[in-house]
Amino acid sequence: MSTPTTAHEILIVSIARLLRGTRHVAVGAASPIPAAGAMLARALAETQDEPKLRLSILGSVAHNFFTNGSAELFDCAAQGRIDAFFLGGGQIDGSGNVNLVGVGDYPEGTVRWPGSFGSAFLYFQIPRVILFREEHTPRVMVEKVDFISAPGVSSEGIWRKGGPHALLTGKGLFGFDATRPGFHLQTLHPGHTLEDVTAATGFRFSHAHATPETPPPDAATLALIRGRIRDELHESYPDFAATLRTAPLPSPLKEPSS
Amino acid sequence: MQDPLGRLAAQIGSGMKLAVPVDYGGVPMALTRAIIAAGIDDLHLVCVPTGGMQVDMMIGAGLVKTIETSAVSLGEAGGAPQFNAAVRAGRVAMMDATCPAIHAGLLAAQKGVPFVPIRGLIETDVLANRLDWCVINNPMADDTGDDPIVLIPAIHPDAAIFHAPMADRFGNVWIGRRRELAAMAYSTKTTLVTVERMFDGDLMADEMTAAGTLPALYVTDVAVAARGAWPLGLWGEYDGDVAEQHRYAQAARTPEGFAAYMASDVRAGAA
Repeated sequence: MSTPTTAHEILIVSIARLLRGTRHVAVGAASPIPAAGAMLARALAETQDEPKLRLSILGSVAHNFFTNGSAELFDCAAQGRIDAFFLGGGQIDGSGNVNLVGVGDYPEGTVRWPGSFGSAFLYFQIPRVILFREEHTPRVMVEKVDFISAPGVSSEGIWRKGGPHALLTGKGLFGFDATRPGFHLQTLHPGHTLEDVTAATGFRFSHAHATPETPPPDAATLALIRGRIRDELHESYPDFAATLRTAPLPSPLKEPSS
Repeated sequence: MQDPLGRLAAQIGSGMKLAVPVDYGGVPMALTRAIIAAGIDDLHLVCVPTGGMQVDMMIGAGLVKTIETSAVSLGEAGGAPQFNAAVRAGRVAMMDATCPAIHAGLLAAQKGVPFVPIRGLIETDVLANRLDWCVINNPMADDTGDDPIVLIPAIHPDAAIFHAPMADRFGNVWIGRRRELAAMAYSTKTTLVTVERMFDGDLMADEMTAAGTLPALYVTDVAVAARGAWPLGLWGEYDGDVAEQHRYAQAARTPEGFAAYMASDVRAGAA
């Protein structure tokens, strides 16, 4: 491959790896990178002859199974039919708590974000919730969130079948241990160091003596991202799709148009 | 004689609890401009389940006293500037929810029951700030252990408004697969709908259209408003006007910019 892997492509392939083995993945609105990662996971499952992966991408017509209005996503999750989902967060803390509401004293505060959306429900329901936030800074990765939209863990006796599975940021990939509770740094994206991540993280996390680098996509996977995934993404995220490089043509000659 | 949008807007009065749809569900933007022009206030908005430009405009224009929502944002155009400013200044009373709780409240209204239980929410600050919600121990739990569960009271809006592709002369409205529009209509006695066009025939006469039709039984009044969701899109009809959404997002960052945008926009809507 002549052109090097981009930071976005590292995130997309990381998401696809986290989704391996799932059967139905839902992606919320305004989530181009999770949507791309989920589409890649679907494409890889096909090429590797694994069980079919279904996607429900909110805001898409072509990649969406719902016909019962906006309540169906939540009903579907409650029925145990969604294996993985993505949550972001204006703040994410070391216990996996997510804040989508704002900074400072509620309700006025100093910063107001849109609101909790479905997080206060879906975090309890979906087994593999991937926390995804590209910005990895001390203002996002905080010791304790100012407002709990959705808690990372629940007290004993609280009904819960879902929760955080991983935290993926622009700097690295963390796993989540609900028993501590806390995050464990698994891999560092190319160009990042443990020192750099520690300085950017407001909460304590565990890590190995030497943390491996996030593996880049192989040539075939990269070609999928720059070809099929780019095309599939165009319907819902035309601007983002345009930023993914076009797959190199198989030969210097263009295919004749039919 | 009053214009059709004015006729619908006149049915929304100060102090009413008003249900409005999600940005991609069919937002009656033309009707919203008419409601703003009517100069009412003290509305209690119920976003089903989130709000966008419509809600931001109504808050900026001073129509809203209370807002019950899972989120308000302008989507790809960013945060909702008038909403954010009003919350920080304490100018609107905030009832933060989560999407399935709003759906549960409407479902309770649809069933005519006082509440519907939902999972999740326990130990969140969403629940902690909603004194109208309550937690009970599941009375049907299998064993003797505690199983706390949240009850969401029925949401009974005074009116619901939305925009759809078409209606027929009998008052039936085609809502396709956007079933939350039906849930909104079931929850209230006053459902006001704008449509792109009138359907020449009976939507209930053909099984193909009847399946996606909200019957006239639940519809109070209908008015035609071509491109009535603009600058938002309407499913199956047209995409949102992204440039205009960004223009609004930019303008609404300051009170002056918002006022200037609304002065030009309300005139455009009324023309």
